[in-house]
Amino acid sequence: MSSVDIHPLVSGARAVPDFATFLRIEMLLALRRRADIANPLLFFVSVLALLPLGLGPEPELLANVAPGMIWVMALLATLLSQESLLRSDFENGTLEQLTLLPQPLYFAVLAKSLVHWIATGLPLALLSPLLAVMLNLPGEGYLCLFVSLLMGTASLSLIGAIGAALTVAVRRPGLLLALIVMPLYVPVLIFGTGAVQAAIDGYAYSAQLAILAALLAAAAALAPLATAVAVRISLDN
Amino acid sequence: MPVTPKFPVVLQVRDLACDRDGRRLFEGLDFSLCTGTAIQIKGSNGAGKTTLLRTLIGTASDFRGEILWCGSPFPGALPVLRESLLYIGHQGGVRDSLTPLENLIWYGATRESALWALDCVDLSGFEGSLCHGLSAGENRRVALARLFLPQAPSLWILDEPFTALDAVGVATLEQQMAAHLHSGGSILLTSHQPLSLGRLASVDLSDFMVDEPLVAMEAEHVFS
Repeated sequence: MSSVDIHPLVSGARAVPDFATFLRIEMLLALRRRADIANPLLFFVSVLALLPLGLGPEPELLANVAPGMIWVMALLATLLSQESLLRSDFENGTLEQLTLLPQPLYFAVLAKSLVHWIATGLPLALLSPLLAVMLNLPGEGYLCLFVSLLMGTASLSLIGAIGAALTVAVRRPGLLLALIVMPLYVPVLIFGTGAVQAAIDGYAYSAQLAILAALLAAAAALAPLATAVAVRISLDN
Repeated sequence: MPVTPKFPVVLQVRDLACDRDGRRLFEGLDFSLCTGTAIQIKGSNGAGKTTLLRTLIGTASDFRGEILWCGSPFPGALPVLRESLLYIGHQGGVRDSLTPLENLIWYGATRESALWALDCVDLSGFEGSLCHGLSAGENRRVALARLFLPQAPSLWILDEPFTALDAVGVATLEQQMAAHLHSGGSILLTSHQPLSLGRLASVDLSDFMVDEPLVAMEAEHVFS
């Protein structure tokens, strides 16, 4: 034992996963939990399909409520799927392992949010023209609806992760999560519906889309930071 | 504690007290962990073994006293400590909708080294099956396979590593621990069972228990 050679401690550089690995594994997980993807989407489609039955089939009425309803349902569908974003990772200990990596938690969280968007927001945006037809949305609004949902749902995924991280240690976070996240969702909702409404009325809507893009940029830069801090707080008790 | 050049102290704990949910678990805890040595933390259930480990990896921050990593104090030293930390907790950090191989790759292992490590823990042939189809002991082996990866970090902090392992598994793990110590690593572990490791010290948390523990419950615990 006297000939034990001492390794310089810090040079025992541990193998750390890179961003691409995170993304790949998160995608795999999303694909294996198809129900988690299908549920919010099914909710989105079925509520909007029921809407004409509840409101009555007048085309003008439906066209009036269509932008708002599609956006609100997109928001609720995203919120529904946030609850499970970090839960299983918290329960099986991988969330704790993430916080122990030498590199910032930011990238791991960003990868999670990105995959969450690919699994919920992206299919939602792709489905939106179909629902727009069902709700008799005027033709001028289609492109705008698609683009605004594409950017808006990405912001929602990023922002929602903060709430998911704060409530991950709570057993039934449903209402608490909604209370935390909903106020943060409001700006996205306002500019999203605003853009679609402007497009339908024949006005320029690039300003609203630009603000949505700015919100997305801010969310991508800041929300993962907040989520990372929230994860550490949740684990620390 | 004098620092000998042969076995430098890596982790030092001075007069440490930990609280959990407003309850003082232990206080006045002192120990030093050197390279090439292992410390086994003992204590009855609820004595605060897991809390101590979570404090030392920086996850729990509710402590009084001093913790030094290579001479520099917490929490400033945490990023440096994490460079050379391998922690396996109660929850092994194994995702059940991934295969053992994918789990190890998520930890940054290459495919070849992951396969090799799985072979070491006697899981070859299972690398492609999903973890929720494996038994508790096999899942534990997947978590422990990280210890067999080449380039494993130098400080191992293990919470009850022998849980759910069979006799062969325990022997394999002990061998690997001995090899790790021999190559200059250090290990901090909690376990109730006696260990046969060369340079092993033990700390019993029962010696540092507090008699009248209760501090008032704080409002921040209202959601937990």
